[in-house]
Amino acid sequence: MTADVALILLQDGIVSGAVYVLLATVLVLIFSVTRVIFVPQGDLIAFTALTLSAFETGNVPGTVWLLMFGATAAMLLELRQAVPQRDRARILRSLLRFGALPALIAIVAVFLVPKTAPLLWKMTVSCALVACLGPLIYRIVFQPLAASSPLVLLIAAIATHLGLNSVGLHLFGAEGVRTEGFSGQPFSIFGIIVTQQAAGVLASSVIAVVGLYLFFRLSLRGRALLATAYNRRGAELVGISTETAGRTVFFVAGLAAAVSGLLIGPTTTLYYDSGFILGLKGFVGAIVGGMAVYPLAAAGALLVGTVEAFASFWASAYRDVIVFLLIIPVLFWRSVSSVPAEDGLE
Amino acid sequence: MTALLEIERFTVRYDRLVAVNDVSLQANAGEVTAVIGPNGAGKTSLVNAVMGLVPFEGRLAFPAWPQVAHSTEARVRARISLVPETRDLFGPMTVFDNLRLGAFAARGERDFDMAARLDETFRLFPRLAERRDQRADTLSGGERQMLALGRALMLRPRFLMLDEPSLGLAPLIVAEVFRVIARLRDQGVSILLIEQNARAALRLSDRAYVLENGAVRLHGKASDIAADPRVIEAYLGGSVALASDRRERQSGRVG
Repeated sequence: MTADVALILLQDGIVSGAVYVLLATVLVLIFSVTRVIFVPQGDLIAFTALTLSAFETGNVPGTVWLLMFGATAAMLLELRQAVPQRDRARILRSLLRFGALPALIAIVAVFLVPKTAPLLWKMTVSCALVACLGPLIYRIVFQPLAASSPLVLLIAAIATHLGLNSVGLHLFGAEGVRTEGFSGQPFSIFGIIVTQQAAGVLASSVIAVVGLYLFFRLSLRGRALLATAYNRRGAELVGISTETAGRTVFFVAGLAAAVSGLLIGPTTTLYYDSGFILGLKGFVGAIVGGMAVYPLAAAGALLVGTVEAFASFWASAYRDVIVFLLIIPVLFWRSVSSVPAEDGLE
Repeated sequence: MTALLEIERFTVRYDRLVAVNDVSLQANAGEVTAVIGPNGAGKTSLVNAVMGLVPFEGRLAFPAWPQVAHSTEARVRARISLVPETRDLFGPMTVFDNLRLGAFAARGERDFDMAARLDETFRLFPRLAERRDQRADTLSGGERQMLALGRALMLRPRFLMLDEPSLGLAPLIVAEVFRVIARLRDQGVSILLIEQNARAALRLSDRAYVLENGAVRLHGKASDIAADPRVIEAYLGGSVALASDRRERQSGRVG
């Protein structure tokens, strides 16, 4: 292997790593606020690419029906609680949040995205469609289980993934898609050729991760979200609603998934079921980073991307195996290291 | 005397276990109302239900704030605050962050001034100012109790419920905690005080209820309760050693 090849592989690795960074960050985030290991995050990423691709071919993406169905279910659940209590504010909120808003997005998606629309508009609508799925999944699946053990939540997450997977096959079909990327001339930095796509991926990922980090570090609202993770009852006692906290992180997750999907779509072919492997790689990144600390999870995810790039050069058939092997020494080191594992909960 | 909290025929159940049975109680504005009684008497269940943390049967009203809904969030927004027996601090966060989050529900109020509230709390608890950037889970027991109290005070509560504020603290710290409660009372904060330390609780309260096995056994003016022979015998009499003996024997029961 020459230095040139190594450099190209490294660049590839960093670019796909950047997407895993976003994924790992969101997984850690959701886990620390709600104790859910959000397996379907990868599915949402795949759905974004499939949605954008449907817009590109001039079709109505299946995501619209998924959104309408999910929103209706969430609205009924919410109304069933709010109506007997005669809580007018809550009835109004649920009609807006789970009725009007998804309906508006669906109408835009069905009527206002012609095949000739600019790429940026298609991307925006795809983003909106997928980002809204996050809070819906929370309302339907996880909010009723909020007090359950992490194991129950994990089982629910896997069930959600399987459900989304089957629905995905029905809605999008079995063909893979590759979406349009940011076009434009590649440029060179320090003698390394960088495509605009790669630069876009890196920039978006860095902005998203730094933004999340600052939000959770500095803002009172971000601290409040973390507080629900540290002590649920304590959070309730200072007036932080755990439901709002859950809804917020799942919205952030949906948004991050949508952005990841747009970033990764042009670089690889995605199928309705590509999400699982993607999610697993983000998960490996999160584990390598200790499942607790954002900067470390990001470093872990970059490592995963790099290892993946080099592995596909040397032994492409074993690419995924080699990536998943990473987890063994990390877990081994963590179990023998004397400091008890800090999972961000205690 | 205006009633802040009125509960009537109040019952709290956990499955088949009845923790609070048909209790009626009233807490007045500007007063300290004490609820004393042994472990397992249902004191904690009572305040948790009042705070909206556990479901209850019966009538519960805040006559001064009739529109307050039965949820913890609504209580907090009405500036009703509970310092729980378990403290429930945000362990990995700093003292500063814990205090700031105490005012989380008040952010939207007019003239909200975080700095002024922090100053006020630090003046009441100089120790917290020294520990400002330390993680809450590295504090001593006494400091944690002060932080829990300080966090609740950041809301500037109109009605403050304290669940066993002296539990598990060294005598010197207990004295300090009760000094702070007395100071809050003098500032006009209405307080519902749950205590096992009957002597100290009765000394600084106006009215008192004695709770046993989930039911009110006695109630009246705190001075009358403190003079009642039955209370003297069960809660105030005997040596300190005996009292702590009793506490140890009963500590296995539901709180």
